[in-house]
Amino acid sequence: MAVRMNKPWIDLNEISLGTIACHLGVYQLANKNYEIVYIGVANAMTKFGLKGELLSFLNRKQLGACYFRSEVNMAYKTRYVELLQVFYYDHKRLPIGNTDIEPASLGQLRPGGVDHKKF
Amino acid sequence: MDFALTAEQTLIVDMVRRFVQEEIIPLEINLDPDADELEPEVLERLTDKTKAMGLFGLDTPPEYGGPEIDMVTRVLIAIECSQHRAGIYTPCYGAFGGARQAQLFEATEVQKEKYLYPMLRGEKRVFFGLSEPSGGSDPARAIQTRAVRDGNNHWVLNGTKLWISGADRADYGLVFARTGGAGRAGVTAFIVETNWPGFNVARVVHTLRSAKYATEIQIDNLRVPHENILGEEGGGFAIANDRLARQRVPYAAECLGAAIKAHEMATEYSKIRETFGATLSARQGIQWMLVENEIDIRAARLLVLDAAAKSDKGLPFRTESAIAKLVCSENGFKVIDRSMQIHGGLGVAKDLPLERWFREMRIRRIGEGPSEVQKHVIARDIIGGSLR
Repeated sequence: MAVRMNKPWIDLNEISLGTIACHLGVYQLANKNYEIVYIGVANAMTKFGLKGELLSFLNRKQLGACYFRSEVNMAYKTRYVELLQVFYYDHKRLPIGNTDIEPASLGQLRPGGVDHKKF
Repeated sequence: MDFALTAEQTLIVDMVRRFVQEEIIPLEINLDPDADELEPEVLERLTDKTKAMGLFGLDTPPEYGGPEIDMVTRVLIAIECSQHRAGIYTPCYGAFGGARQAQLFEATEVQKEKYLYPMLRGEKRVFFGLSEPSGGSDPARAIQTRAVRDGNNHWVLNGTKLWISGADRADYGLVFARTGGAGRAGVTAFIVETNWPGFNVARVVHTLRSAKYATEIQIDNLRVPHENILGEEGGGFAIANDRLARQRVPYAAECLGAAIKAHEMATEYSKIRETFGATLSARQGIQWMLVENEIDIRAARLLVLDAAAKSDKGLPFRTESAIAKLVCSENGFKVIDRSMQIHGGLGVAKDLPLERWFREMRIRRIGEGPSEVQKHVIARDIIGGSLR
């Protein structure tokens, strides 16, 4: 499994979310410039899993999220931390929406090969 | 053989059991089923309570501030502490003190000041870097990470470590590297700081255990001062081995705790769940599963207490700890599997802790030496004549 989530971005709207199931997993949101603005997790406390999580962003525009991509993953907790760590490694900061996380508590990953592609 | 608890042990068991039931299990109602951490202020509140009990720092020797308890009592506590959802790998979420790097108690005074005491004060986190892609069960032969002396004052390390827990969040840790030829005498333990150039946590290894992950460490021309050798040059295997034998006993007991809880749940559920006009407990098929659970648990309990008692008496207990680890993890897995079966669909749902225990207990049959390696140790002692 790739450390970075390199799947194509999908428009964040009701039609495209209709194809998302209620699985557990992780997701990323991006703004109109395809910059990641939030990394999230649909854990077992989430009602309706990934679908529920992503639908909740349709009504919350404060992050300017226009696109999403997701990954069904039963190891959702460790994958979530890994995505945050690798983002921090690439950008030396967390996504603007992940304000509730203290980077010092996150742990450091040095996967090598900074990903300079547009996210 | 008398395994009756002393008055003090009975008190401790009651106290810890109450702590788990009143403080830990209610918290889990609002936590993700795979949670392994509490909010710092919640953990601090719980830690204050375990300190008041005189039971904080269970694996810290008394001379360094740990409680004065013997191995039997440690096992009894481990059995109680693991009887909740996160209990197998995170008993009471670390409220009794987190895992300690026991080898650092063997450090020099200078090393202790720099590395041991900050760890004991909870200011620094540590990791244990033994296993490699070439294997973890036979470190004396499998270690390929190489340390080469560079002048009088430094060593240069190169290699890869795999299955290392907590390396990404650690401040320092132990890295075992080959400084000599093949075999045990060629392995040396180094204390390595994680912010030194050449130390890279390259990736997270995702497993059945979603709560905590292992990591892969890439060591690339990492320069380590000579004074950071722990113990003696070529003495790393003995340091690693001592830790592995000793911690297998409470490790085994943690498997047993979850199995006891699962069996308790299955028994209760069988009395209330009805199918075809009778409770499950009225069905012979279910009764036999419960009987097998009971036998597996009792056998495991006797064996783990036997290993602990031998350790307390200063007798050799390597074989006993291997048997305890083997039986507790294998029997624990079977008990949890049967308990899931009795619960039907509910058993595999995240509503109950059984599915998490099932995943984590599967790993326990491999972690700290797979069952087959334990059998290898036991067989060696039987054939070598050191068993009796």
